[in-house]
Amino acid sequence: MTRSALGKWFEGGEAIVSQGEVGDCMYVVEQGEVEVVQGSGEGSVRLAVLGEGEFFGEMAIFDRDVRSATVRALGKVQVMTVDRVTFLRRISEDPSLAFRIIKKMSGRIRDLNNELTGLKGKALE
Amino acid sequence: MALATEKPQSDRNSAPEPGVEANSLKLADGSKVAVVGGGPAGSFFSYFLLDMAEMMDLNLQVDVYEPRDYTRPGPASCNTCGGIVSESLVQILATEGISLPESVVQRGLDSYVLHTAGNSAVHIKTPLKEKRIAAVHRGAGPRGIKEMKWRSFDGYLQELTVSKGANVIKKRVQKVVWNGGRPQIETKDGHVESYDLLAAAVGVNTAALKAFEGLGLTYKPPKVTRTYISEFLLGHETVEKCLGNAMHVFLFDMPRLKFSALIPKGDYVTLCLLGKDIDSELVGEFLDAPEVRRCFPPDWEKPEDFCHCSPRMNIEGAVEPFADRVVFVGDCGVSRLYKDGIGAAYRTAKAAAVTSVFEGISADDFRQHFWPACQKLETDNKVGGLVFMATRLVQKLGPARNGVVRMVSGEQEKEGSKRRMSGVLWDTFTGSAPYRDILARSMHPAVLASLAWNIVAGLVPFTRKNKRGDKHDT
Repeated sequence: MTRSALGKWFEGGEAIVSQGEVGDCMYVVEQGEVEVVQGSGEGSVRLAVLGEGEFFGEMAIFDRDVRSATVRALGKVQVMTVDRVTFLRRISEDPSLAFRIIKKMSGRIRDLNNELTGLKGKALE
Repeated sequence: MALATEKPQSDRNSAPEPGVEANSLKLADGSKVAVVGGGPAGSFFSYFLLDMAEMMDLNLQVDVYEPRDYTRPGPASCNTCGGIVSESLVQILATEGISLPESVVQRGLDSYVLHTAGNSAVHIKTPLKEKRIAAVHRGAGPRGIKEMKWRSFDGYLQELTVSKGANVIKKRVQKVVWNGGRPQIETKDGHVESYDLLAAAVGVNTAALKAFEGLGLTYKPPKVTRTYISEFLLGHETVEKCLGNAMHVFLFDMPRLKFSALIPKGDYVTLCLLGKDIDSELVGEFLDAPEVRRCFPPDWEKPEDFCHCSPRMNIEGAVEPFADRVVFVGDCGVSRLYKDGIGAAYRTAKAAAVTSVFEGISADDFRQHFWPACQKLETDNKVGGLVFMATRLVQKLGPARNGVVRMVSGEQEKEGSKRRMSGVLWDTFTGSAPYRDILARSMHPAVLASLAWNIVAGLVPFTRKNKRGDKHDT
């Protein structure tokens, strides 16, 4: 039995969001995994792999800038689109809705710090 | 209910019990919380209370009193509701980390079909073409169900609260009184227990509210109206073929009928009627309408015996749904007019939980931090009254009805068009946006101008666009 009957399906390799495009929604992974990739071709770098319950695309909601990375389905993936207006309206009514987002984003910053420390350590060697 | 005769504060001289800081009316480590009612409001309150208490390193005991058994079909588990989780609530729950599983969602809906007398049906799709409305059964299924393929929605939410650490007590609460300044619960079988905080989430369809009269609060229950809900067994394939993944809304000019919809579930289709004095005669008249007949198989006849009920629905919020150590959430407090009752339960329950953990549990705390969320719903309901008045006007006036259908048909034909009227109707029927937002969008000059044009054009025979509706038959 699949995790949810709701949301939208994407096939493996299909781009859910593309770097540089304008976005007005974020996504929650309902089932499967996605990869977050920056750049294109041989110079592309995989930033993260996100699984069930993780979200992506939230940066475009907050900073109104273009998508900073491409997110592609790793195999068959089911995602739920969360509209910017619905999300922001609800956060203005209930700021505690942002707790989970802040917690996840804190985790990502912590991961990035660890990676940066590792890279700096290698550069000094 | 009676006016306040006794306040818990009068008993504050008694020695403070463990669990609450002396005289502070704040939850502390070891506080005991009773939740009376294990429907969506009770479960959302328990879930978020425990979730936020964990963040604040508060260890709470949360007891949910709910005698219903969500594994048994029929009245034993039913919470008498149309069973729609709105598009906005589905998104927000996903953001909260609550994804509704396929074992609960009987059908994901991605569109609706608008039926009006004398016009072809118009199929209205969301721009994203994504299933973001969940059709569920609140209980384990209708009376007489043979095979339970899906789980109860309320049961699923209850499991979530248990996973957070809540205790479910399958007992019926008979009486609530003050004991040493704290609410004390007495169950039918004689179980007695005092709590630091009591959340009432008993809805408006049981006699449970009577149990709270012993508290002597200034609380007055909400005003209610009757609705009509029935469940027809068609089988999964037939539901798929006849109704698809769309909610079917009917704008009929029938006396006493305000709103009507068919909601496809798994093996069943749910009929929801809103209006005045809905009786079997009106139900029969509705089901015999050709536009409704087309949503059922040609040889379908209304069965002799089927699961149906006339539940009450909150149409005007409760007065003062809080006191020291007591808060009313969900339908027994404040809800949304006609739509998205589960969404309103989520909002009021979460506001009460946030207040209890971060602010306190006094009447003043609830007035300052919980009541604004309720008032926002109440204010929006007043605007909603205007929206539904306009909808009824459109139902009654043939040219206006035809103009709306013509306008929506035109919007659906053009890929990439703004689809303003389709959006207004979508949010009105699905309860996905605040009514003030719907009213503002429907008053947009472009909508009014286009509607006026479509009404006039609809009155002129043999225009090219008058043939549109034929393309949208379902």
